[in-house]
Amino acid sequence: MSLAAATAAAARATTTAAESHGFLSPTGVEIAFLLVGLVTFGAAIVTVTTKQLVHAALWLVMALGGLAVEYLLLTAEFIAWVQVLIYVGSVVVLLLFGLMLTKAPIGRSPDADSGNRWVALTVAVAAAAALVWVVVDAFRTTWVDLKGPAAGSTEVTGASLFQNWVLPFEALSVLLLAALVGAIVLSRKAKADATTPADAATPAGAQSRRSEKEGTR
Amino acid sequence: MNDALDVALRLLVVFVVFLTFPLIVGQTEHKVMAHMQGRLGPMYAGGFHGWAQLVADGVKFAQKEDIVPAGADRRIFQLAPAVALLPYLLVLLAIPIGPGEGAVGQVVDAGIFFVLAVMGVGVLGSLMAGWASANKFSLLGGLRTAAQLLAYELPMLLTAASVAMAAGTVSLPGIVAAFEWWWVPWQLVGAVVFFVAGLAELQRPPFDMPVADSEIIFGAYTEYTGLRFALFLLAEYAGIVVLCGLTTVLFLGGWHGPWGADGLGWVWTLLKAALLAFVVIWLRVTYPRLREDQLQKLSWTLLIPLSLAQIALTGIVKVVIS
Repeated sequence: MSLAAATAAAARATTTAAESHGFLSPTGVEIAFLLVGLVTFGAAIVTVTTKQLVHAALWLVMALGGLAVEYLLLTAEFIAWVQVLIYVGSVVVLLLFGLMLTKAPIGRSPDADSGNRWVALTVAVAAAAALVWVVVDAFRTTWVDLKGPAAGSTEVTGASLFQNWVLPFEALSVLLLAALVGAIVLSRKAKADATTPADAATPAGAQSRRSEKEGTR
Repeated sequence: MNDALDVALRLLVVFVVFLTFPLIVGQTEHKVMAHMQGRLGPMYAGGFHGWAQLVADGVKFAQKEDIVPAGADRRIFQLAPAVALLPYLLVLLAIPIGPGEGAVGQVVDAGIFFVLAVMGVGVLGSLMAGWASANKFSLLGGLRTAAQLLAYELPMLLTAASVAMAAGTVSLPGIVAAFEWWWVPWQLVGAVVFFVAGLAELQRPPFDMPVADSEIIFGAYTEYTGLRFALFLLAEYAGIVVLCGLTTVLFLGGWHGPWGADGLGWVWTLLKAALLAFVVIWLRVTYPRLREDQLQKLSWTLLIPLSLAQIALTGIVKVVIS
């Protein structure tokens, strides 16, 4: 229930685990981590296999929430809350909004299956393999000091982000800004088209506009 | 063992607060609205000025038959009230009402993030209810809920970020501990934006588009009866308690009073929160409901620029004084 207490306990447990536990005598936190991982994995599988569209979105909530709990168990408290805030609170709401606005039947949708199922599976496995390989390769020789303050607390995360990783952070923010500006430009263009629909769409309209241009020239 | 007892006691206290404070706000709403409209409000239940009216309402709700429409998605329909209500219980855990470890359910390191993240989850309950009811009006209510949340989540986050910048911490007790009296004028715009955005997120009047009874019956909750409907109502009032508590903690200095923060600090917190709850009720009686387009316009063209300006102001003052 008290999640931060669980985090603190997890931090304590991992520090003591390094001292008193062997390789194959898991602590409670490790067991919990595995179980939550299984639930998350199961929810993710159901998300892509269920035939009910809105159920898929709700199972996605489960998978993303499970991931947040995993972050908590790894003492990355800040990341866990951001995960809930962004993914569960906003992305899924946006997803459900889109579904309800377009097509959200109650019950099964027979056409919810894609013919690309096997291609998608291949891409997913390849992406997972690449990610695991990158992480393992990057952190193989890194030693994490478990004695200090929990490495996932807001203070440590913030210091590391704005001392060591400022450039990627700024690059990402510029990327997001570009996406934002792009979205605004796209929506404004659509609006401009909507005000003069027949004129811009038909060849005749284009013709008349060209003659206008030539006339002004 | 002592630790377990301590945790159990804290949870129990938070749970009792969760069950009683919303009822107190609800009863106050009955009476305040009545007197503002020249009525008396409930007078008989329980004897003294109808204090037991909401208890009687609760008993009535519990006795009603629990109906699930034939075309509804049964499981999600039944799950939705719990999803709407539980986040507020979790948020209450993290709101400090006094200085020290004893006056908060659980100290959360990244308190602001925790509180705002979990509050956002509650809206999923309304979305689930709106979709699973198999009712056009409910679906419209769900859509409006989603649109409203997407518009008002951003100003809320931005103004909370402004306070966090001012205090230099994201922990709720840390923010109140760093509070000085001149923060009130400094963060005034942020406070108003936060409070208004919070009202919109709770779907309280004048932002009750998603449950506009004259247009779409009762929005996402149209098909609900009995205890599940009561749970949605409880979620709304628990939301008021949470919003007023949060605004108090973030912008009004929590337990800081004119005579210092010692001793009866928690009384100050409760007083300020109660005052804000009164304002919530007052607004409900005073203003008519906004239209959907007015609502979106208010957020995107007024609240978000204001909150960005507040962040800029906070940054400038922070740099100047440090």
